[in-house]
Amino acid sequence: MFEEVKVIAHNGKQYITDLRKAVVPAPFRGRPVITTASADEARIAAVCPLGAITTAPLCIDLGKCAFCGECANAFPEKIHFTNDHKLATNVREHLLVKEGDDRAVTIDQHQIRAEVKATFGRSLKLRQVSAGGDNSCEWELGACGNANFDMGRYGIEFVASPRHADGIVLTGPLTVNMAHALKTTWNAIPEPKIFILCGVDAISGGIFADSKAINRSFLNEIHVDLYIPGNPSHPLTIINGILELTRG
Amino acid sequence: MPETYHYIKVRNGDSVAIQGIPVIPYREFFSEALFLLKAGERHCAAYYAYPDEKGLHFIMVIADDASHELLLMSHKMSHDAPKELESLTLQIFALHIFEREIYENFGIVFLNHPWLKPVRYAFNRYHQEQKLQDYPFYTIKSEELHEVGVGPVHAGIIEPGHFRFICNGEMVLHLEIQLGWQHRGVEQLLLDKKTMLQRNLLAENIAGDTAIGHSLAFAQLMETLTGTEVSEQLQLERAIALELERIAIHTGDISALCVDVAYHLGANVFGILRTGIINFMQSWCGNRLGKSMIRVGGTNAPLTAALRDNLIKILEDFEKHFVEMVHVTYRLPSVQNRFDFAGKITEHQARLVGTVGPSARMINVPRDIRVSHPFAGFQRFPIEMDLREKGDVFSRFLLKRKEIALSIAWIRKVLEEFPFDFSNSEKPSENPSLKANRFSVSLTEGWRGEICHCAVTDDHGGLKHYKVKDPSMHNWKILELSLRDLEISDFPINNKSYNLSYCGHDL
Repeated sequence: MFEEVKVIAHNGKQYITDLRKAVVPAPFRGRPVITTASADEARIAAVCPLGAITTAPLCIDLGKCAFCGECANAFPEKIHFTNDHKLATNVREHLLVKEGDDRAVTIDQHQIRAEVKATFGRSLKLRQVSAGGDNSCEWELGACGNANFDMGRYGIEFVASPRHADGIVLTGPLTVNMAHALKTTWNAIPEPKIFILCGVDAISGGIFADSKAINRSFLNEIHVDLYIPGNPSHPLTIINGILELTRG
Repeated sequence: MPETYHYIKVRNGDSVAIQGIPVIPYREFFSEALFLLKAGERHCAAYYAYPDEKGLHFIMVIADDASHELLLMSHKMSHDAPKELESLTLQIFALHIFEREIYENFGIVFLNHPWLKPVRYAFNRYHQEQKLQDYPFYTIKSEELHEVGVGPVHAGIIEPGHFRFICNGEMVLHLEIQLGWQHRGVEQLLLDKKTMLQRNLLAENIAGDTAIGHSLAFAQLMETLTGTEVSEQLQLERAIALELERIAIHTGDISALCVDVAYHLGANVFGILRTGIINFMQSWCGNRLGKSMIRVGGTNAPLTAALRDNLIKILEDFEKHFVEMVHVTYRLPSVQNRFDFAGKITEHQARLVGTVGPSARMINVPRDIRVSHPFAGFQRFPIEMDLREKGDVFSRFLLKRKEIALSIAWIRKVLEEFPFDFSNSEKPSENPSLKANRFSVSLTEGWRGEICHCAVTDDHGGLKHYKVKDPSMHNWKILELSLRDLEISDFPINNKSYNLSYCGHDL
């Protein structure tokens, strides 16, 4: 007992006091900025291994971006990644960062269904489904509940049954082999419910988008409430996104 | 390279002309494999088939831990030959998973295989009519027994898999694990994606918790096939990253074990200790899991003097708190009571199944690629291997604890003794061309154990075939055996004590 008290004393305060104001230091790659300096757009687009960069005007789709930073390494005068970790949004188009843009990725409060804030504003129990996830986003979702980030302080937790859940957090590109299980899980969750895509694989299929082992048709049937970019998404990106959606 | 009639010997990371691998009739292959694999110091690191012009080419990579060599041998089957081969599994059980994979991919029937069913229901499997939902589980007919099915979606934040327990009351008689839910077609994508960077990204997404282990195996393979030399300094930096990955995940595993025995102080303290290590990874390469760290031919994230100084301080801090917490944890009667004798397996079982990595070392089977087939910096700076003898959850816990200490000591030694020149760093090479008609094999020791990547190139230096083997391929079977005669409620601690990969297995 005495030894355990010593452990607690030695480790001290570990939780981040204000998650909304927390800063992740560089070289963390958060929201990118494309400058207006002149450059060969086609060459820049060709660098991206995931085809997340399009031209005229130059634009990075954070839903397809793995935040590998290769574009910024190759064209540092044109692209740099800021440490802004607040990347989650409920509008897919908000993930498009265009040349000259340097503003935060935001959640459109008008597009949030009325029942989301009313029902989940003070308590949100989520079911996590990994469908081809590489266990990195799953890791970070787990880290959201640890003593550092302590998402549980807001009443946001992951639960062991869809019957106890208010929604799904999907990770992974949605494999053919998981398509049925995802649908079953979704149907087992009582209304009202929300659907969250976490990580580049879930949002766009990521590097696996062209694989024949992927079947993303289920995503056409449902309304996505939140897109959380990253590879994997940082816990602060996840928590701030969910907070902004349910009580922003 | 010395050559015999039946096989050719290479070293980890070598490449040979594909024609240089002896092709022998299956009857001889069969008896040679039996002979070689009967010896305790040898095990099969990979056995697979790939289609070539005339049919199938089967390649087996046998790791010889005593001579530090890899033995390559092969046999072929033409298009018009009957799709049947005598199974090796009855005599070398560890080969069961490799023969099953070949059966799934190409429809080759291994005669007398006791367990011939699909491994992962790959999208390009031979028998498209075989469906994931019809998986032929082993069953026992009895009035007294009942079955418990769990998954694919689990009661936590875990990847999907289906566990089918056959229970006698509370006790587990038999467990069978069905995988494949995570199958993304990684091996096919590695061929379809044409740039080195795309393939590199794929390699680090094979298993995100082993981003360093897998991308290092990939990078070494590509460097061999392109004839790229990297400096000793870069190799050591990569090895440091690999050891940091090991420290972080082992610590997380110990935290998870504490969760499962309801020891909250341990769960939280080990959890925050892990945070310190992965946040260092982020300060090094911008990603907490080390994605974007390993690139072919160089790196965009070289170690700097500031990072080195910070790492020394972080490790010192980590060690102090880790040792303190671990001492309290393992002397706690409530923890001992749950860990001790739980999920015990024997050395015989481990050798039979062909376990690798910590799953082997926890029961006196000395398999560690860093020691037996050293790569990156482990030649110049050898690392010590820890072995345990009891084979239960406690052994797996104690092994992970010791491996963390050994990794810290190793990193410290390298940082102190190697003359790092921080002004000098190598940039990754852009799309270097691969040598034509080569075969190459690259092994690394990830925190789960031996990772094996093999590649074959074609006449024009394109990738003809790419094979990935995660250590979990070997190790899932040992989790099944651990559960026998155990209360079903002890499944979670056993599962966490191994922490095997679903996506690495399913690819």
